[in-house]
Parts: sequence; structure tokens; C-alpha cells
Amino acid sequence: MSASIDTALVLDIISFQAGYNTTVVVFGAMCLGIASGVVGTFALLRGRAMVSDAIAHSTLPGLALAFILAVYTGWDAKNIFLLLAGATCSGLFALLCMHMIVYYSRLSEDVAIGASLSVFFGFGIVLLSVIQNLGAGGEGGLHHFIYGQTAAMRGHDAETLAYLAVACLILVILFLKEFKIICFDTEFARVDGWPVQAIDALMMILVVSVTVIGLQTVGILLMIALLTIPATSARFWTEKLSVMIVLSALFGALSGYFGAIASALFPRLPAGAVIVCVSGVFFVFSLCFAPRRGVLAGAARVVQLRLRVGVEHLLRELYERNEGADSAPTGPLPLASVGVWRALGGFERWVITQYLLLKKYVMRGEDGVYFTPRGLQEAEFLTRAHRLWEEYRMQFGALATTHVDYSADLAEHVLTPELVDLIERSLKGRGSIREGAGLPGSVHPLGSGAHPVEVVQDD
Amino acid sequence: MTEATLQILSLDMPALVAASAAAVSCALLGNFLVLRKVSLLGDAISHAVFPGIVLAFLLFGTRSGVWIFIGASCAGILSVMMIELVRKLGRIDPGASMGVVFSLFFAVGVILMEQASASNVDLDTDCILHGQLENLFWLLPADARLTNVHHSLHLMPVEVLRSLVILLLTVVFVSALKKELTLAAFNPELATTLGFNANLLHYVLVVFVALTVVASFEIVGSILVIAMLICPAATARLMTDRLTTQIWLSVLFAVLSSTLGYYSASQVPVYFDLHSSFNAAGSIAVMSGLLLMLGFLFAPRYGICARWFRTMALSVSVRRDDVLGFLFRAEEVQGSVGFTLRTIASALGKTPTTMFALLSARFRGYLEYADGTLSLTARGREGARSLVRTHRLWETYLVENLGLRLDHVHSTAMELEHYTPSELSKRLAETVENPSEDPHGSPIPSEEGE
Repeated sequence: MSASIDTALVLDIISFQAGYNTTVVVFGAMCLGIASGVVGTFALLRGRAMVSDAIAHSTLPGLALAFILAVYTGWDAKNIFLLLAGATCSGLFALLCMHMIVYYSRLSEDVAIGASLSVFFGFGIVLLSVIQNLGAGGEGGLHHFIYGQTAAMRGHDAETLAYLAVACLILVILFLKEFKIICFDTEFARVDGWPVQAIDALMMILVVSVTVIGLQTVGILLMIALLTIPATSARFWTEKLSVMIVLSALFGALSGYFGAIASALFPRLPAGAVIVCVSGVFFVFSLCFAPRRGVLAGAARVVQLRLRVGVEHLLRELYERNEGADSAPTGPLPLASVGVWRALGGFERWVITQYLLLKKYVMRGEDGVYFTPRGLQEAEFLTRAHRLWEEYRMQFGALATTHVDYSADLAEHVLTPELVDLIERSLKGRGSIREGAGLPGSVHPLGSGAHPVEVVQDD
Repeated sequence: MTEATLQILSLDMPALVAASAAAVSCALLGNFLVLRKVSLLGDAISHAVFPGIVLAFLLFGTRSGVWIFIGASCAGILSVMMIELVRKLGRIDPGASMGVVFSLFFAVGVILMEQASASNVDLDTDCILHGQLENLFWLLPADARLTNVHHSLHLMPVEVLRSLVILLLTVVFVSALKKELTLAAFNPELATTLGFNANLLHYVLVVFVALTVVASFEIVGSILVIAMLICPAATARLMTDRLTTQIWLSVLFAVLSSTLGYYSASQVPVYFDLHSSFNAAGSIAVMSGLLLMLGFLFAPRYGICARWFRTMALSVSVRRDDVLGFLFRAEEVQGSVGFTLRTIASALGKTPTTMFALLSARFRGYLEYADGTLSLTARGREGARSLVRTHRLWETYLVENLGLRLDHVHSTAMELEHYTPSELSKRLAETVENPSEDPHGSPIPSEEGE
């Protein structure tokens, strides 16, 4: 194939007009993506991601047995329905085995999954070695089920995929409420009288069906990806089940669409693996950029919090510096002599200054920065919160003077004005708090204060 | 004779030794994975090494050797780190994180493989799944005899030696760190407070598992590696509560499934009139699964049958007490009487439990059977008396001391009488001050008997 891609061909493919076969493959992959996205949502929420891997692996002996049966009875060994029926049976049987192990023995779920997966697949490999020597010449076809072979998809296969996808969707819509309740609170569902076991079984039968549908496209070894990746990606974006299902179906469909197209356009790109890689791109994007649960959002929250904490410590220290003076500080802020400021690097100083200016806590003057009334108020509030918290811990927590400063450093950032008022009211008449005395004094000597600070003793 | 032995040495021994050694290495490590409930890591690693193998193959162009090992190990360890990272960063279910990461690794591997086959180099993917036990032969020279066979050791396939080296390393690793691994498996928090870093230990274990998986799967196939990491240890866990016993048992099961699996791969097809043998690795995996199933059914304490039998034995012993009580009460009313089987069965339920209860009572000499009727022996009467005494003492206690209503106490006493040891019964009698009648007016039999 030539290195350059024919633009007309690209357009034809992405608009479903590049010949029957390509259209069938793209359409089939999209149907599969939707079905597995929807069903995978429930598998994920039930913590069953790896169970679906075991189910996929367990279909191999069923496929092989159906093939052997067909060879011995003289039926068409390539009959897809026969093979898929075999796959379904052994998938369900493996599910039953896992259930038995988890419920009737002391072994944990991961053991049940791993044991079923490896033993069933091992049995499948034994049967494949039998088929290889039957001389019926079909083992190549079965190998396609292991790694997937989308290109082998024929028109009526894609039709079957579409019908099965629609059937899954209808079942999910019909049982949405039931699925929702056991996904989020199984115990409640049981107490409330829902047939939890039956609903769970239906859910897992859907997983088996979708796995069987997907075998031809992505293959046994990659089926878990289609069931898990779109659903996990969707989970990052929302806290609502209905939105998650739609998003997961969308991710699945887009992966199928782009994956099948890429596979049709470039040589030697197996569709199944490409579809999985495309869904991986969606996953990485969601992991990084999702608004609340994403990594960047999380990092931004951490940075913002640290910035706020740094700024608030600075404001309080500046305020305490000026305490004892009769009037509000008028001159430029003595930043250079404040410990918190001196500990900062150049970039951090710049960021914090910008933050202070943005919040209008300080303003620029001729020879430095000055408190705005707003900044002064904020600084007073922080100092008050800090000291009240110290006093509160000493009065109600029976802690020593030396042990309260650190916890107040942490607490002052999360105390709301309401809480501060509440603490002040509950401290009234106790310790150093006197009614109408304004800002309480510090319970301990202030760090490197240039001026003396009155330490109020208990009565 | 000598010919046959030589043939076994040359054809079967290498594969059997390689399979057993790999199986035992995996089973040893599997014990700790199973205890920490992370046994699926083996599955994830053996899928995730695929791109590493293909990349190493593409870059260095050799089909076996150090580079493949390094490539696979890097991919395996990287995948474990990624699984942990994705789980932490995305705050998602560990299973989901595992599924996402290893399937992506595998998909990249599949694509790389297709690209590799474009450049006319052939990497046999089946070998990764199936292993190559079938290809391990010790090609002895024509003049080889049992007496001089050790001169041909250099002809031994390198895979056999490699699997033995892995086994040795695993044994050293597990015996050196057994105490720490055990502690970290059962109680990671305690391990950390005692100064072992449980997390670090976990990663050391996982890295070692990855190396073992990588070193073994080329010989025995990845599916057998997964099976051996889980099945023998799981079977052993069903058998015992002691970790040391569990480890030895898992070794035993690993060897057993290798041997049985290897031989059934060549022997079972004969029964089905097939002319070729089964895939050995698959067959060994199936055998380990069958052993697990046997353990699941027949393990001495935790097996299904043992548990069923315990329940059965308990209900039979309760029913036996009921039979004795029934006959004793009838004797109180009518004097010495015998009952037909039919009467007893219709009074106590026509169930197998009653059948077994009667058999058990007869076997213990509580009942005698004459002229088609069953009656109490002196020994049976003794047992029945203390049972009925306990029953009526309980009724008295429930009414007088706990204030239950008269018509509510019979069924409660019926349950309690089976679980009341004689010491408790004595204290009960003291508490209710040795009455001669129960609240219903029935006499309370004396302790000693008339």
C-alpha cells in the first residue's frame, strides 16, 4: 500500500460508503462498543471487571467443543450460531463455578476468578490441540476468536451484533431501576425485598452475552478491555448512573468507529487491538482532564489549597506584626522581615503577590505593598480564628499552651465565620476571653515579634 | 528395560522436570498472592509482558535470550506500577485498574506483533500461550547407556536448566523472607508498626513474581503460569490453616498436577482413539483445576462434603435425642412399651434423618429391636432420663426465673436440651431449687435413676 492515504477513501469510509464490507465492520464495531459500554458500566460498578475477563477466557472450551461436536455430527463447523451457543454455555458454566467457589468455600473472589480463567482456558487449549489433529481444517477459524479478527465479519454477523446490542439495551432500560439499586446498595436491596440474586444473575448473563457478541471482533484476550475501559472512563466524568451509561456507550461507540476505520485504512492494524487502543486514548484523556475526579483537577485543587494556606499564614503574621499599635498599619508591609515570606522562593513570592492583588487584600504603593481594608479584615479574622481555636483546645481539650499552635495553624484555614462565632460564644467567660474585649490575645509568645505581646493568664 | 528407561529419560523427563520446576516456583509464590488476595496480578503480568517481548524482538531480532527476558520483565514490572498508579490517581476499583492497564498493554502488543510480522520475522504467539513442553527432548547419543548418561548432561535442553535455576532462586527467596512475607500477608499494619515495610515487601514479592512469570512462561506457557500461581495454593488453603503446611501442600499439588497432567496429555487421547497427544501445558492446568475441585468438595474441614456431613451429623444427633425423649415419655404414660418403626417415623417425621437417628441409637445400644418393635435399653433409658430432666428443668427455669408464659416454653426447652452439658444441668437444678414437677405438672426425673 502506498504511504499516502487517499483522501476520497477516508471520506468514503468515515461516511459509511466505502463498500459493503468496510461498512459492515465499522457498523458492527460500533454496535459492539455501545453494548459493551452499557453492560460494562454495571460490571464495573459491581466490582466485576476481572470477572468479565474470566468469562471471556472461559468461552474458549465452549467454542472448541461446539466445533468438535459439529465435526462429529457432520454439521457446518463454521456455523457461527453453534459456536457462539457453545461459548455462551461454557461462559455461564464458568460463572457458576466462580459463584460456587466464592459462596461455598473460604477462598476469595480473586482466587475464584483466576482459577476459573486459567483452568477453562487451559482446557480450551487442550481441545484446540485435539482439533488441530482432527484434520478438519478449522483451527485457524478458532484462533481468530482468541485474538479477534474483525475483517472476517460478514453482513449477517453484523446484523446479529446489531440485534444483540439492541436486545441488551432494551433489557438494561427495562431493568435500570433494579440494576441501579443493587449496584449502589446491595444490602438495602436485599432488606427491601428485591430478588438480588436473580437481578445479579441477569446482569452477569448480559455480560456473558456481550462477551460472546464481541468474541469475533476483539477476541477473547481483549474482551475485558471493551467491557472495562469505556465504563471506567465514563466514571470520571459523572456521579449519575444514567449519564455514566450514556457516556460509556458513547466512548464504546467512538472507539469502535475510529478503531475499525483506522484498521481499514492502514495495513496490519488488527481492528480489535486498535479499538482497544482508541478506548485507551479516551481513558487517558478522562483520567487527566475530567472536571472533578481527573488528575489535573485534583492537582489544581491541591495547588490552590496550598496557595491559600501560604497566603493566609502570611496575612496573619503581617497582622500580628502590627498588633499593639494604636491604629491600622499604614506604611508599606514589612515583608522582608516576615518569616513566612523569607522562606519563599522568588517564583512563589511572585505567585503569592499576584494572588493577594487579585483578591484585593493588598494594593501596590510607591515603596511596596499596603493592606487594603479588605485585607486587614481578612487578616484579623484569621488571627481571631487561630487564637480562638488555641483557646478552645486548651479549655475543652485540656492541652498545654505549647501544644495548640500547630493544630491551629491547620484549623484556621477551614474555620468558617459561623464556626468562629460559635467557638467564641462557647468560650465566653472562660480562659482569656472577656466579653467585648475585641480580638483575644495570643496564648503564647509570638514567634519573633519586635514588640512585647501581653500573655493573658487564666484567672 | 534399559531401553525403556532411556526413552523416558530422553523424551519425558526433560518436559516433566521443566513443568514441575516451573509449577513449584509459581505455587510457592502463589501462596502469598492468594493470602493477600492479589492472585490476579499473575494474570495481569502474564498478559502485560507481551509488548515487552515483541519490542525486544523487534529491536534486537533474537527469538530467545537475555533481551527478550529483559523486555518482558520491564513490561511486567511497568504494568504493575501502572496498575497501582492508575488506581491511586483515578481512585478506581483495583480490578478495573488492572483490567484497563493490562488489556491496553496487551492490545499494544498485538499491534506491535502485526507490525513485526510485516518485517518478515516470525514470532510464534502460540508458544506464549501454550508453552513448548512438547519440544523439550534430551537428545542422547546412540551409544548412551544408563551408566554413562551423565556424560550427556550438556545436551540437556537449556530450558530445563533454566527452570531449575528459577526454582532454586524462588526457594531461596521464600525461605529467606518467609517470616516477613507471612506477617505482611496476614497483618500488613502490624508488619509496618514492627518496622518491616509491608508495602516495600509487597513490591519485592510482586517484582519477584513478575520475574518468575517471565522466566517460566516461555517454557510452560502463560496460561499454565497463571494456573500454577493460583490453583495449588488455593487447594492447599482449603486443606489447612497453617501456612507452613499450606506451602508444603501447594508444592505437593504442583508436582502432582504436573505429573498427572503431563501423563494424561499422552494417555487420555488413547481412550478416545485419537492419534496425537493433548497440549501438555493445557492439560496440566486442567489437572490443577481438577485438584482444586476435589479440594473444594472433599477437603477435611472446609470442603463442601465435610461441611454437609457436619450439619447432617448434628441434625441426626438432635433427632436421636428426640427419639429417646419420645420413647421415655411414652414409657412414663404407658409403662414399658415398644413402638413399631412406622409409629416412631410418623411421630418424628418420615425423613432420612429419622432413619439415621434410629440406626445411630441402635448402634450405640440405646434401643433394642424385638418382635418388630423398638424399645429403650437400660442404657438408653439412662440417657433419655437426663435429657427429659434437662428439658423439664429448663421449662421450670424459663417460667419461674425468666417469667415466660407456660405455653411458650416447650419449644425453647426442646432446643436448649440438646446443648446442655451435665454441669450446666446441675446448676440449673440448684437455681430452680430441685423441684419434683415442671410447670406443666410432669414429674422431673431424678438425677440418679430409681
